[in-house]
Amino acid sequence: MRKKKVLVALAGQPNCGKSTVFNALTGASQHVANYPGVTVEKMTGSYKDDGRKMEVVDLPGTYSLTSYSPEERVSRDFLLQENPSVVVNVADASNLKRNLYLTFQLLEMEIPVVLDLNMMDVAERRNINVDVKELSNQLGTLVVPTVIKTGRGKKKLVKAITAASRSEQSFKPVPIDYGHMEPFLRKIKAKLSGKTELNGNYPLRWLSVKLMEGDSEAQNLISKSHPDAVEILECVEKQRHAFEAEHNEAPERYVAFRRYQIAETITKSCVRIKTASSTTLSDKADRLICNRYLGPVILIGIIYLLYYLSIVQGYNITNYTWPILAKIRSLTESILPNPGFIEEPLIRSLSLWFVDSINALLNYIPIFFILFGLIAILEDSGYMPRMAFILDRLFQRFGLHGQSTLAMVLGGIYVGGCAVPGVMATKGIPDERSRLATILIIPLLNCLAKVPLYVLLINIYFSGHKGLAMFFISSISLLIALPVAKILTLTLLKNKETAPFIMEMPPYHIPTIRGVLGRAVERVWLFIRKIITIVAVIAVVIFVLLQFPGISLERKAHYTKEKEQATAKFYNRIKETQYTGQLRGENLMALVLYWDAYKNAKMQARGKEAVATINEKFKERNTHFFKIVQPGKDKAAKKVNKAFRKLFKARKKLLREIKKEKIDNSFLGRLGRDMEPFTKWAGFNWRINVSLLSAFAAKESSVATLGALYQQEEEGETLEKRMKKGEAGFTPLHALALMLFMVLYPPCIATTIMVKLQTGSFKWMFFSMGYPIVLGLIVASLIFTGGNALGLNGPQAMIVFYMMALATTVATGFINNKSETT
Amino acid sequence: MTLDNIKPGSECLIKKLTVSGRLGQRLVDMGVYPGLRLKVIRNAPLEDPMEVELDGYYITLRHKEAKFVEVKRL
Repeated sequence: MRKKKVLVALAGQPNCGKSTVFNALTGASQHVANYPGVTVEKMTGSYKDDGRKMEVVDLPGTYSLTSYSPEERVSRDFLLQENPSVVVNVADASNLKRNLYLTFQLLEMEIPVVLDLNMMDVAERRNINVDVKELSNQLGTLVVPTVIKTGRGKKKLVKAITAASRSEQSFKPVPIDYGHMEPFLRKIKAKLSGKTELNGNYPLRWLSVKLMEGDSEAQNLISKSHPDAVEILECVEKQRHAFEAEHNEAPERYVAFRRYQIAETITKSCVRIKTASSTTLSDKADRLICNRYLGPVILIGIIYLLYYLSIVQGYNITNYTWPILAKIRSLTESILPNPGFIEEPLIRSLSLWFVDSINALLNYIPIFFILFGLIAILEDSGYMPRMAFILDRLFQRFGLHGQSTLAMVLGGIYVGGCAVPGVMATKGIPDERSRLATILIIPLLNCLAKVPLYVLLINIYFSGHKGLAMFFISSISLLIALPVAKILTLTLLKNKETAPFIMEMPPYHIPTIRGVLGRAVERVWLFIRKIITIVAVIAVVIFVLLQFPGISLERKAHYTKEKEQATAKFYNRIKETQYTGQLRGENLMALVLYWDAYKNAKMQARGKEAVATINEKFKERNTHFFKIVQPGKDKAAKKVNKAFRKLFKARKKLLREIKKEKIDNSFLGRLGRDMEPFTKWAGFNWRINVSLLSAFAAKESSVATLGALYQQEEEGETLEKRMKKGEAGFTPLHALALMLFMVLYPPCIATTIMVKLQTGSFKWMFFSMGYPIVLGLIVASLIFTGGNALGLNGPQAMIVFYMMALATTVATGFINNKSETT
Repeated sequence: MTLDNIKPGSECLIKKLTVSGRLGQRLVDMGVYPGLRLKVIRNAPLEDPMEVELDGYYITLRHKEAKFVEVKRL
């Protein structure tokens, strides 16, 4: 019978090029990496062969198929329950013996297997010669040698898959001879066979082996679906004990050893190694890269380069991309209804706020693109496991894992990172306890968006100690994050599952441009899709909280009166000129917009020619207005120009006052006031509270909101000056408390969503938001109240706190975690 | 003698694994089984973990995990 759709499963150990095979077969772009265990999701793709649709599922790369890790359980359940027609077992031809260990487990599941001997080129380079025909005979399956990277053998592989999918009946793999265990297995199998729902749905020999191994999932299966479950499980226990007594070896160990023995026998007869293995290039490279002294230096160099290229150079690129975003904004502005003299239509302010919020994030895309590209290079080259190898000891002291390194580098271990890709990168950490701890501390690191507030405060309050302050703030976050990680793993995360560190060090590879770019694009796209959409929603919510309930009717009347006075003054000033008539009624507002547009256009113009064209354009639009804007020697026009300037300024001042009053009155403003009793110990007044509240959507908002709260009085006055003026009683101690609160600030919305995705629980998401607030308030109060009590100045408090953090870090590093091995 | 005591550069023969459960299974799955020769390549810059070569491929493990691998020095 011809099936229309054929299900094909792709299985294999890590680092055998399985993802590349998946891409080659289905043409879909997918994550390809050297980091063991990176493919944790189920990836699906399809292709057509011989008129049938072949649906390919890429199973996670696993060394074995036990029920210890989620990846292995996922693979096993898929193979047993989804009944794929064929399993393509991708194996590293240069490492056949270890790969056969998995092949045997697949064969035992009685699904037709096609063995794809991949990476033949590596094997050839190492003078390893595989007798494919002999191997195929010994295993009883189809074997296809490939170098899938270059496309060699792909056609044959496709053909073999189709052939295997058509001949289900004739699939007769050579059974694995478990030697001394055979009589025990026969006994269990006899117990299992009988008319139950197991029979026919599950391969009974496989189930017998699993039961002998003491596999918990297999036991569950029996309990659930066999009427005589209790009796069978008792019998299995007896057999296990009997075997162990007779052969002095745990049955599960014996099964594994036996598989290796057979693998060794097979490789001996099929594999010829012409010359004895000499040291490979990877091996030579590792002598330098993992060297005791050089290794850490190279590591720091690579991390520095990562920062330099993505953060520094990426930031330079934003200078070129920002004008594009600014254009989008002005385009939006042009299609929106015009503002009134003192009133802005709601649709206008909401739309602009919305565009500004999105632009703030889109501005990071060049940085992310470079960052993700570089990470892909690190992953594909095989450097990641080396990084984990070098740093594991250090991180382990704090309950973290060598593989936490990448996540923390991305999160901003020194200055400038982003928690979103950081949390995303924790996916590869096999140890659940370390993984959760890493996720929870990443928001404490220095993300890029925290930096503007640091810079602002340092410039105002630590201008004499800029270097010290910058060093302090850059490194203090790590000194807080590490002890926090340790405390979390000793308390809340104490009983979370841990995993052995044991990890493969794959040979180095040269990354392909296509692979690296593909992945960078894919991850940027993921960021846009998952994050920007959510931030857009939150931006609207924050807008509402900042705009409503708005100002009272009374105050509105007051502002209208002020407006009338200002315009009356203007008309009075120009009453003797011929322009009076032309500027009556709506024309006045038209001039305001014209003036604004002209000013903006001129600001963007570069060079005399550009200015000349702008002048021409505006003259064409309205000659009278142009006369006022550019009066030249005309006395009357000059007079109007002067009067209008005053009016324009008065309007700006009114708009500013209204905006400020709106924020003061808004829900967020009130909340900021209500919080003052709690935050006063940390030295935060309500304005600071409001800016901190608004930072929740995205941290760069904190500076923007401060900018709105400390309105400028003079054109072009910097926020630094305004803040200093507006907060006369503010001391460096206030600033330090605020900076440390920012270090410990809860994750932004985007990160929170990532935390939810990676932990799979709302509980952890809320915890990740809650604990930093508490900790932050404690630290800030300690600085402010404690610092005042001791009479410390800013830099002194900074040094004292730094020493305290350093001491805590060292002390917590010496406490031992619950042993991971027993 | 256990694997964690073997100095970088020395070779040994795996005799026995003295741990069961998750760690034991992981060791076996990564190719650590009795009768196999292995070579200790290096320790990490901070001493732990260690890197060993088994039959043409390399794995790293922590010393406290290597403690459960009984070996005979060659």
